[in-house]
Amino acid sequence: MIEVKEVTKIYKVGDDEVRALDGVSLKINDGEMVAIMGPSGSGKSTLMAILGCLDIPTSGEYYVDNIEAAKMNDNQLASLRAHKVGFVFQTFNLLPRTSALENVMLPLTYDGTKMRDCIERAEKALEVVGLKDRMKHHPNQLSGGQQQRVAIARALVNDPAILLADEPTGNLDSKTGAEIMALFQHLHSEKHQTVIYVTHDAFIARHTDRIIHLMDGKVVRDEQIKNPIKAGTPRPDEMLSNGNGNHAKE
Amino acid sequence: MNILNNIRVALRALKANMLRSSLTVLGIVIGVAAVVALLSIGKGATAGITSQVEGLGTNLVTVSAARRFGLGGGGTAETELLYYSDYSAIAKKVQNIASITPYYQTQEPVATANRTANYSVIGVTPSYATVNSQTVEIGRFITTEDGAAKKRVAVIGATVSSELFMGLNPIGRNIKINNIQFEVVGVLASKGTSGFLSGDSNVLISLETGYSILFGGRATNNGKPILSGISISASNADSIDTVVSQTETILRSQHGLGLNDDLGLSVSSQAQMLSSLSTITATLTAFLGAIAGISLLVGGIGIMNITLVSVTERTREIGLRKAVGAPQRAILFQFLVETITLSLIGGTLGIALGASIAGVFTFLGIIDAAVTVDVLLLAFTFSALIGLFFGIYPAYQASKMRPIEALRYE
Repeated sequence: MIEVKEVTKIYKVGDDEVRALDGVSLKINDGEMVAIMGPSGSGKSTLMAILGCLDIPTSGEYYVDNIEAAKMNDNQLASLRAHKVGFVFQTFNLLPRTSALENVMLPLTYDGTKMRDCIERAEKALEVVGLKDRMKHHPNQLSGGQQQRVAIARALVNDPAILLADEPTGNLDSKTGAEIMALFQHLHSEKHQTVIYVTHDAFIARHTDRIIHLMDGKVVRDEQIKNPIKAGTPRPDEMLSNGNGNHAKE
Repeated sequence: MNILNNIRVALRALKANMLRSSLTVLGIVIGVAAVVALLSIGKGATAGITSQVEGLGTNLVTVSAARRFGLGGGGTAETELLYYSDYSAIAKKVQNIASITPYYQTQEPVATANRTANYSVIGVTPSYATVNSQTVEIGRFITTEDGAAKKRVAVIGATVSSELFMGLNPIGRNIKINNIQFEVVGVLASKGTSGFLSGDSNVLISLETGYSILFGGRATNNGKPILSGISISASNADSIDTVVSQTETILRSQHGLGLNDDLGLSVSSQAQMLSSLSTITATLTAFLGAIAGISLLVGGIGIMNITLVSVTERTREIGLRKAVGAPQRAILFQFLVETITLSLIGGTLGIALGASIAGVFTFLGIIDAAVTVDVLLLAFTFSALIGLFFGIYPAYQASKMRPIEALRYE
């Protein structure tokens, strides 16, 4: 479970203060699948950075599995990331000239796991994302969707409390994007993995149980979705204008 | 992150920019090779000179009309002449002398039937062999009888023998020294070292014979026979200083000089000679090493430069590694391993190259370069430290990056 209490984040830009987050509170239970939506400048990325223990808030509290992360120093945050958080990025961020297996192993090499266990767990994670037969491939030998699945395997390899994804389908075509959403839904329903992702795209957001809408650094709406879209369902006409890859990037 | 994995990652990163890495390594290779080659050659030169001086004889004290050998001593006083009578006085009065020999040395043309060359011709007494640790390979040495009878006999050095007789046994054959015929009665054993201090290029004759028929007027002053030098072998190492000071006292009284007058003659022990020589060679070696060290330093700056570039280029990679949980020290370590790997590869190749250069010098007979373990260890350690030192700043920069900013870096 993760819990954010009255979190603010203030950036100094010259003499001006920018309130990227302004008193955000929310609670996400284990096994939930949540989308965070909002326009550019709404504070999504800042919230993701704090949820992912990449940054600390200016004020407020943040608990990951009951561990208070808001006051941690850089190395404590790194350790928390190594054990509790899995990241998926819009641009995959795989290491070039490095096999899929080794990319997936990367988080484990920083938490003292023995080499043999690293390999074993990385193979398992690749099996979960359906890429066991591509373990030795380098990123440039994989398609975009495959690369993102390697990135998801990397995020899963340390059994994280939360899987965080920042525009995970933003760089993929709609068919491949659907595959990634299917994988998230599978992880959510079969493995009870907590999944949180940020998106611009209302159609992608509707693949979850819950959408948190951000605006000007505040939570403006916390929406429960009764019937999440099943991955692979064609995009309805009214959502085409907001389609993947067509919207302006931040 | 274990060290082996770190090295593997470092090698992969270095391989990704093969040309760049190679050029960086080349900087270290040249630096280390220069250090190894120059120090080895310097050490070889020192060892060669030391062994030549030691080959002169045990506990040797030399009196000569020449100025004191070595640094300093740049006095302006006239050089005094050394007389045969000085020798007699020293031999009679100085204690702790095991053996003493006077000699007179000139350069003379020495000829056989079909060859002529210039050699040092030295008039000696029988004790010359003992004092200077010379042994006779074949034949015999100059004897007292040779002197008494002023016999025209000569003992020649190994180099002289091979140059003039080309492998023939010279014993019983004749040579002409300045057109005066001498019979070769002995050949000296080679001392195994080449150079100015070895006796291999000398022709030895009896001192008395020399005075009477060869040296002529230049070897006398007002009718008194003069000497080029006197070699004294002290009875043991502890008495060398006493022998030196007593000899100086006697020379002063022989020449009517006061305690503060410039003696104008040199009395030096083998130890003094060694220490002057080793001071010179050590200074030279250190100087050469320092120059080579500068190129190693430049190589180190090359490493730092390329690592700074690499850190900037790989900002996103660093961001990612930090995002998945790499602590600062892991990033620091990763880049340090890269720079140390670069410098150790450079160090290893540099040692091989430097040792080869030293080997070529030895092979060509220019100098017997001494590639010693301590020089290699020094070069290797130094190159590792260069990698560490010049890697710390870029690695620290990398480790301090903030993961979110690094991930967004374009």
